[in-house]
Amino acid sequence: VCTSRFWFNYRHVANTLSVYRSVKRLGIPDSHIVLMLADDMACNPRNPKPATVFSHKNMELNVYGDDVEVDYRSYEVTVENFLRVLTGRIPPSTPRSKRLLSDDRSNILIYMTGHGGNGFLKFQDSEEITNVELADAFEQMWQKRRYNELLFIIDTCQGASMYERFYSPNIMALASSQVGEDSLSHQPDLGIGVHLMDRYTFYVLEFLEEIHPASQSNMNDLFQVCPKSLCVSTPGHRTDLFQRDPQNVLITDFFGSVRKVEITTDTISLDVDLAGFESK
Amino acid sequence: ASAQLQLAVPVAVVFAPGSVPGDLPKPLPFRDVQEMEISVNLRTSVTSHYEMIYRRTTAREEAALDAATAREADAALHLLQDASLGSLTMYVVPETSSLLPQGISVYVGKHRSALVRAGGGLAALHTRLRQLTQVMSFSASSVSAALSDRVPDGHLGPGARRHLKSSLGYEITFSLLNPDPKSHAVDWDIEDAVNRYVQPVLDKLSLVANFSVDSQILYYAVLGVTPRFDKESSSFLLSAHSLPHVINPVEARLGSSAASLYPVLNFLLYVPERSHSPLYIQDKDGAPVSTNAFHSPRWGGIMVYNVEVPASPQASLPLHVDVDMERVMEVFLAQLRLLFGLSREELPPEFLLESPGNEGLADWELDRLLWAHTVENIATVSTTLTSLAQLLDKIGNIVIKDDVASEVYRAVASAQRALAELAMGHLHSAFQASKEAVTSSERAFFDPSLLHLLYFPDDQKFAIYIPLFLPMAVPILLSLAKIVREARQRKKEPTKMD
Repeated sequence: VCTSRFWFNYRHVANTLSVYRSVKRLGIPDSHIVLMLADDMACNPRNPKPATVFSHKNMELNVYGDDVEVDYRSYEVTVENFLRVLTGRIPPSTPRSKRLLSDDRSNILIYMTGHGGNGFLKFQDSEEITNVELADAFEQMWQKRRYNELLFIIDTCQGASMYERFYSPNIMALASSQVGEDSLSHQPDLGIGVHLMDRYTFYVLEFLEEIHPASQSNMNDLFQVCPKSLCVSTPGHRTDLFQRDPQNVLITDFFGSVRKVEITTDTISLDVDLAGFESK
Repeated sequence: ASAQLQLAVPVAVVFAPGSVPGDLPKPLPFRDVQEMEISVNLRTSVTSHYEMIYRRTTAREEAALDAATAREADAALHLLQDASLGSLTMYVVPETSSLLPQGISVYVGKHRSALVRAGGGLAALHTRLRQLTQVMSFSASSVSAALSDRVPDGHLGPGARRHLKSSLGYEITFSLLNPDPKSHAVDWDIEDAVNRYVQPVLDKLSLVANFSVDSQILYYAVLGVTPRFDKESSSFLLSAHSLPHVINPVEARLGSSAASLYPVLNFLLYVPERSHSPLYIQDKDGAPVSTNAFHSPRWGGIMVYNVEVPASPQASLPLHVDVDMERVMEVFLAQLRLLFGLSREELPPEFLLESPGNEGLADWELDRLLWAHTVENIATVSTTLTSLAQLLDKIGNIVIKDDVASEVYRAVASAQRALAELAMGHLHSAFQASKEAVTSSERAFFDPSLLHLLYFPDDQKFAIYIPLFLPMAVPILLSLAKIVREARQRKKEPTKMD
């Protein structure tokens, strides 16, 4: 979820699209991704390279590409829609791609970026979502068993305040900065004229580039990403609500999709002659 | 939410002449009730009442049991019973009877009856009967699987939460993947195959849910994994540990119906490229799998269909391939059974199960599904309504619309009816009532008007109103104080002046 709009918040869109790309690369299909963006970067009149969104300076990597599927764009990215997607209280006319059709065996990854403060996250410069509302939404999800495990990553100023209030089980949270600290952006690109990425997400992405679908890296490695020397802010994480030891949680449990399979060992026997008589 | 469920199973134990054990507690016919408690967690328990009726065979039943094979006897007996959903009939035949083959002491037919060999006295008979009722209706493990979200973590086995959750409908999609259309022109007569083989099974399952079937052909869809070439067998092999990564690249292209929200079951038939033929799937021990297929719980199944190399190497490409749908459907329907949790493993060796034939599943297997789904539905309704009540407690000023309220009442009434029917042993009406209860409770819980965002917490109300009213209140309060002081002074003065 990218909660900002306007040209000078280019880096938030680039953050979100980079995470989206990594997750797709590791195997999660679009039908399992709900992407919320203001989507006003690629075709913005101030974009010197239209139809692109870059995440590295010198325009190395176009994260917009041609197979981006944005589910909620522009003015649809509101706190109300976000909470509706999470809790499932969606009007019946909403199409399948805009819904979170998860069940008690789904692991959900939620990545949010934008401008935030102590206990709130700003949505599109006009409203906020508080950490209490987010915690309540997660509790509603837990009550209906809409997730098995949930990983919450947030890259905003004072991001750690957003996960302080969680109280539902099986949630792990990571934030780019502690309360009272600001998250800083990574590097400006002089050709485009804005900062392209935020530091925390940049280093998370470098880490994810090393991960492939069969990788055995675990969550402890993710916690080490972006130490204070590189990030200037202090990333935080919260694992007390999580049942398993982060050591045993694979990155691909959340960022990729590795399914359990079973070999089919028996068949049923069909009688061809009878089949003809029994059909209508 | 606490739940105490009572499941009643009517069981008739019918003794053929020469099979009555000598140590019966009472003369035939008599009734007995056996209870078994399955405790899922501290507040949820399921008590099963087996209402047993012990009696002798009637003359017509005896004639039916005179048949040559167990299968014929079962067919003849089926015509004589009026077995309602959920009930079981067990015929005890003499120890020396030739109906059951050697070494087999229990034969389970494809309807709702079984043949049990007598012998070993009443205690041994009771043990066999108890095993048999658990196979044909429900067991502690099937109940725990149905109530899996109430079982404390750590008690769940690795096979937990594999089976499809109870739902009002399922969508089945058959897909043919042809990555190499230049070499293989594949034809599959899917419509005929669905009508002949799949529809009878879905008709049998129509009691459980609504099914919709569609099919598609995808070209240039490759598996995400490159198979290894094995020199010894000169074939290509997909090892067991690479299988989990096969599904995802394909899934992105599968698509699904935009309109329906039912869970989708995907059955994929993959015809390998000419350069990777023949392709076999290896199991964990390295042996090729006979069905050449694998499935993923709650998702569907994939089967690899190898094209025979033509006799003459100069045959022109593309080769025309006519898929043998019977072989394919045998695997897909077996996978469908496994996805629903109907497996026939884990039975003692002396049990012989009749094959259900083209219907795909026996009547008692349908009953097993219905027991599990009914229990799951009732537990879900209980959790949903309790959670809704807690939400209302937390947000005191939430507004409940009339239709949400009526759905809640309907859900409660249906759930109570389902519980009553279960306790009386009417599986069919209990299942229908539980379905209605789930529909109503889900509609109430997920009503779009219940978004807690719309209801302001108290501290936000203070934060909004205090800056408005406090500055206004200060002069008002001060002048009120002044008025009170003046009024008091005026009261004092008249008394002074006098």
